[in-house]
Amino acid sequence: MAKTLFDKIWDAHVVSSKEGFPDILYIDTHFIHEVTSPQAFDGLRKRGLPVFRPKQTVATADHNVPTWDQHLPIKEELSRYQVDMLTKNCAEFGVELYGLGHPYQGIVHVIGPELGITRPGSTYVCGDSHTSTHGAFGSIAFGIGTSQVEQVLATQCLLQSRPKRMKIEVNGTLQKGVGAKDIILYIISKISAAGGTGYFVEYAGDTIRSLSMEGRMTICNMSIEMGARGGLIAPDQTTIDYVKGREFAPKGEEWDKAVAYWQTLYSDEDAKFDSVLTFKAEDIEPMITYGTNPGMGIGVTQHVPATEDFEPKEQGSYKKALDYMGLHDDEQLLGKPIDYVFIGSCTNSRIEDLRQVAAFVKGKHKADNVVVWVVPGSKQVEQQAIAEGLDKIFESAGFPLREPGCSACLGMNEDKIPSGKYCVSTSNRNFEGRQGPNSRTFLASPLTAAAAAITGRVTDIREMLSASEFAELVD
Amino acid sequence: MTKIFKHIQTSVVPLPIENIDTDQIIPARFLKATTREGFGNNLFRDWRFDENDQPKEDFVLNHPTYSGKVLVAGKNFGCGSSREHAAWAISDYGFDAVVSSFFADIFKGNALNNGLLPVQVSDDFLKKIFDAVFADHTTVVDIDLENQVIKISSTGEQESFEINPYKKACLMNGYDDIDYILSNRAAVEEFEKAPNP
Ligand code: SF4
Repeated sequence: MAKTLFDKIWDAHVVSSKEGFPDILYIDTHFIHEVTSPQAFDGLRKRGLPVFRPKQTVATADHNVPTWDQHLPIKEELSRYQVDMLTKNCAEFGVELYGLGHPYQGIVHVIGPELGITRPGSTYVCGDSHTSTHGAFGSIAFGIGTSQVEQVLATQCLLQSRPKRMKIEVNGTLQKGVGAKDIILYIISKISAAGGTGYFVEYAGDTIRSLSMEGRMTICNMSIEMGARGGLIAPDQTTIDYVKGREFAPKGEEWDKAVAYWQTLYSDEDAKFDSVLTFKAEDIEPMITYGTNPGMGIGVTQHVPATEDFEPKEQGSYKKALDYMGLHDDEQLLGKPIDYVFIGSCTNSRIEDLRQVAAFVKGKHKADNVVVWVVPGSKQVEQQAIAEGLDKIFESAGFPLREPGCSACLGMNEDKIPSGKYCVSTSNRNFEGRQGPNSRTFLASPLTAAAAAITGRVTDIREMLSASEFAELVD
Repeated sequence: MTKIFKHIQTSVVPLPIENIDTDQIIPARFLKATTREGFGNNLFRDWRFDENDQPKEDFVLNHPTYSGKVLVAGKNFGCGSSREHAAWAISDYGFDAVVSSFFADIFKGNALNNGLLPVQVSDDFLKKIFDAVFADHTTVVDIDLENQVIKISSTGEQESFEINPYKKACLMNGYDDIDYILSNRAAVEEFEKAPNP
């Protein structure tokens, strides 16, 4: 029978399937971090159980870590406590920890791929909703709750019912200045922050195929922001080239065997999806969000909707979102002064993102009214950026390269956007208070964020790029 | 191993309020703990205690008349944030089941995962329970999980309820997801030995 890519991988990981019972799904790799693991370890201790497969468990500290002076003790007490607990738990249960100071430390969804741990055809979970990032390699990856973290630690398996399958196709050629982040913000703005609920999404079409692995990760990362369980993209030569030679990637004969298998991983031609959506790349402008969920996005030249455009029962929550953001009906964001720019998070903190930003800001200087934070996703990204001299470019543009972590993505560590301030952010969530109490977030691509850093305003990146400059940027 | 749940007969605690959200069940400021115990102390914290941590006498949990292993609450119980702590708090306080005419989806899943039975009844039957309890606080409710029936003992009125077959098996055998998977350990190890596809 014709199968979707999702079903091929799922079926290959079912340990047991019984009518009326959820499937027992085998998990190849379990990523853990300091925030959602302490209760899970505590549960194991109470049950007197070990970690079932410690070698298939990878830990890092990312959410709570400072991104400046990482060699000093963490100042915030709860953060320090959670990071210390992780260290203690990993030592006690024999789990490898890429903690602060380790050359592999970084945001969990950045380090998995760059270390070659994330590969096609496998299953990944983590107590973090953006685990969907790893789906970019053609694998099943999704976020789980704390009880499930305990379940996977104890058994290397997860009880799950099979979700529905959705295919989202994007075809055509992107406009200059438009990238992966704009594609996903566009899709979410069209289908809403709940449009993918109950589904696992496969992204397809020639536009998606043309993206680098970094771009694909950006797309899959935000699957959860449309309510989907996760997202994936069939592996191809781009995927194989990316994985090859990485630290934990298969080598020699193992590699050949793996590649042969990966080449079977695609949705069969007549495979059935429960829902199929199609978009045209040409329709996508550089995107920006104006509201308090990622579905509230518009092209950067458009105006925010008017309250009366909404159904009466939705008007209240729309008004509340606009009030929170300090915006009014029909306002145009273009030209609006902003206070902060955050370039980072598991959505956009990889070396390619930093290269793109550096290429754009080279020879320019940030606007005086803006504070700019550029936060690499991992220690390796940081080292690579320094090796390429990107740190020098950032410094002459008026902002230093910080140290790796989740940073201002979630306002849980020291990097918080102050109350009432506007931040153009390359992260994935614009919820009320997400970047700090009463912070106001405009989600956008790294290029749009970089443009805002230079002008101090919401800017249309297309206006700032000559054709030759653009060619350089995407090379 | 969690508690075995087959059949209970108990007086109930009535809370005839609709849309009780997880922030009421356990306020966010109590979520920082790194273990699961003790959340019962803060169950319905802001309804139960005043600013000086003194019990509010008019709240039903502070009322000597009402007690029992079953909480009966208004429609759409457990809405709001997905925090699992809400189920921990109710169970830790000592309830074995919650009866309502509708449960928020995530809460329902969290409750079942933690040995707390959500019993969804019709609006009509819910009203009958409240009427019976307010007429006589010693009213006993009988929940028979095996046959999926809930009965008001004094009046004999009863209704059947739905439950996922897997979750039913878990509750009746006193195992949770981890126990269930570990009972399939041989299959897991078999799977691991099979050559990768
Ligand atoms: S960068 Fe943000 S979204 Fe990504 S893992 Fe960290 S907190 Fe979560």
